Amino acid sequence: MKAKGNVFKYGDNVDTDVIIPARHLAITDPKGLAQYCMEDIDADFVKKVKPGDIIVAGKNFGCGSSREHAPIAIKASGISCVIAETFARIFYRNAINIGLPIIESAQAVRAIEAGDVVEIDFNSGMIYDITKGTTYKGQAFPPFMQELIAAGGLINYINKSN
Amino acid sequence: MGMTMTQKILAAAAGLEEIFAGQLIMANLDMVLANDITGPVSIKEMDKFAKKGIFDKDKIALIPDHFSPNKDIKSAQNCKYMREFAYANDITHFYEVGEMGIEHALLPEKGIVTAGDTVIGADSHTCTYGALGAFSTGVGSTDAAVGMATGQAWFKVPSAIKFVLTGKPAKWITGKDIILHIIGMIGVDGARYRSLEFVGDGIAHLSMDDRFTISNMAIEAGGKNGIFPVDDVTIEYLKSHQGNNAKPYKVYQADEDAIYDETYTIDLSELKPTVAFPHLPENTRTIDEVGDIAIDQVVIGSCTNGHLEDMEIAAKVLAGRKVKKGLRVIIIPATQQIYMDAIEAGYIKTFIEAGAIVSTPTCGPCLGGYMGILAENERCVSTTNRNFVGRMGHVTSEIYLAGPAVAAASAVTGKISCPCELEEK
Repeated sequence: MKAKGNVFKYGDNVDTDVIIPARHLAITDPKGLAQYCMEDIDADFVKKVKPGDIIVAGKNFGCGSSREHAPIAIKASGISCVIAETFARIFYRNAINIGLPIIESAQAVRAIEAGDVVEIDFNSGMIYDITKGTTYKGQAFPPFMQELIAAGGLINYINKSN
Repeated sequence: MGMTMTQKILAAAAGLEEIFAGQLIMANLDMVLANDITGPVSIKEMDKFAKKGIFDKDKIALIPDHFSPNKDIKSAQNCKYMREFAYANDITHFYEVGEMGIEHALLPEKGIVTAGDTVIGADSHTCTYGALGAFSTGVGSTDAAVGMATGQAWFKVPSAIKFVLTGKPAKWITGKDIILHIIGMIGVDGARYRSLEFVGDGIAHLSMDDRFTISNMAIEAGGKNGIFPVDDVTIEYLKSHQGNNAKPYKVYQADEDAIYDETYTIDLSELKPTVAFPHLPENTRTIDEVGDIAIDQVVIGSCTNGHLEDMEIAAKVLAGRKVKKGLRVIIIPATQQIYMDAIEAGYIKTFIEAGAIVSTPTCGPCLGGYMGILAENERCVSTTNRNFVGRMGHVTSEIYLAGPAVAAASAVTGKISCPCELEEK
C-alpha cells in the first residue's frame, strides 16, 4: 500500500480542537466533518486539499480531546497519511481504529517542507520526498497494530477473530 | 520485577500475574463511558459488529452533558439517538437532564466507578477516576463501541512517572495549582503514553476534589492515566458517596521495587497560585509573574473544577464583593447534587448577589459549545482544562487556565488576580 500527494505542514502540538472545532461536533457524518477540517489552524486547508495529500507535523499531533471526529475529518478530507514526529496516544489509537494511515519519523518531519510531493510505502515504512529527492525511514507499526490495519480497523478485526 | 499501581490493576484486569511496560494486553472492563458527542458515533459503529448487543447493561454509562440541555437541533438529534439506544438496551446508567451532571463528576458521585476498577471512556478526561485509585483512560468512539459490545479493550502497558508530593499546600493552593505546576514542568507531552503516579505524605492534605482535579488533567501532560493511592480520604469518599448501591472496591498498591521512568519531588508548601497562558496548558506562570491582563469573562466549572469545594472557594472570595462592571462571570456546578449542596450552603445566593450567573450542569463553555462563547480578541479566565486556539470561541480569543480562587478574584478585579490581593485591601 502506498500514498502520494502534496504536503501540508504544521508545527508541534496540533490539537484536536483546531483539527475539528467543537462547534462542528454535533455533525457525525465524515463528509460533513471534512468541510471544517483544520478550520482553526489553516482556514484554507479545505479549499486546497486534494485526494492523496499528506499532513506533516511536529510532536504530539492530535493532543487534547478524544474526539474521533478529528481523524475521521482528516481521512474524509482526502488526506492519505499523517506523518508526525510523535502522536498523542488517543489520536494514535483512533487513527488505527478507523484506518487513517499514520507514521512517525522525526527526520522526515524536519526535512519535508509544505508543498513538497511525498510518497509513503506502508509496507517498508519508507518515506520519499520526490521534490527534494530524499528518503527517510518511518517507525513501523508493531505486528498487532499491523493486523488491525490489515483487517480494516478494530471492529473488522474483532468480527474476523470471533 | 515490581509493578506500578497502574500495572497491578491492569494485570488483574487482564487476568495475568505479571505484566511489563510495553506489553500488549486485553483487559476486562468494569465500566465503559460515552457522552452526547462521542456516544452517537460509538452507537453507529456498533451496527458493524457481527455479534449484536451490549456486554453488560450495568457496566455502560451514557451521559448527555456536552451540548445538553440541547443547544441546537443537531445536538438534540444526537441526544435523542443516544437516549433511544439507552432505552432499547435497558442501560442502567443513562442520566437525563434533571438527574445528570458532567460525566467525570457524576460517575464518582453516584458510585458508578470505584477503587481498583478498569474504566475506559470516550472522553479524554476519563482519567479523572485515577483519584479514586482506579485505572481509567480516555479513548475514541470506536474503542468505546468495542468496549460496550465486548467488555474488553486492548492496552499497551504504560511505564510511569512518579510524583512524590510532600508538605502542606499554602492558603488558596488547590489541586489545580498542583497539576498546572506539573504540566508546566514536564510539558504537554511530558507523560505521553505513560502513567502519572502520585505518592508522598503531601497527599494526606489533598481533598478528593483536589485529587479529581489533578487526575483529570493528567491528559494535559499527555498521560494515559493519573493515579492516587487509596487512603482514608478515599475510603471515606467511597463510603459517603456510594450509599446502598456501593460497588465493592479493591485496593491496589505499587510494589516497593516498581520501576519508574522518572521521579519528581514537589514540595506543595512552596507552590504559588498558577495560571496557564494561551494557548497551551504548559505555558504556566505563577501569579506574581502574570502582569496586568485585563479580562472579559470568567468561567468557574467543568469536570476539572465544578466540584463543591470549587464552589466553596469561589463563594469565599466573592462573598460581600461585586463582579467588576462589564465582566461576564459564569458559574456551573458540575452535578445536580453539587448544585443543590451549593444552594444549601448559600454559595449560589453569594454568586448571584455578586453579579455572576449560575447555570445548570453542562460542559458548555469549556469546549466552546455554548453558554459563554468568546468573541474576537476576548480574554477569559477559566477553571477548565484546555486553552487551545479557538477552544472557547473565536480563533483570536484567549483562555487563561486557573483554579477557582484566582478565577473568583479575577472576577472582582477584572484582571488576572490573586485572592491575596483582595485580602490586603
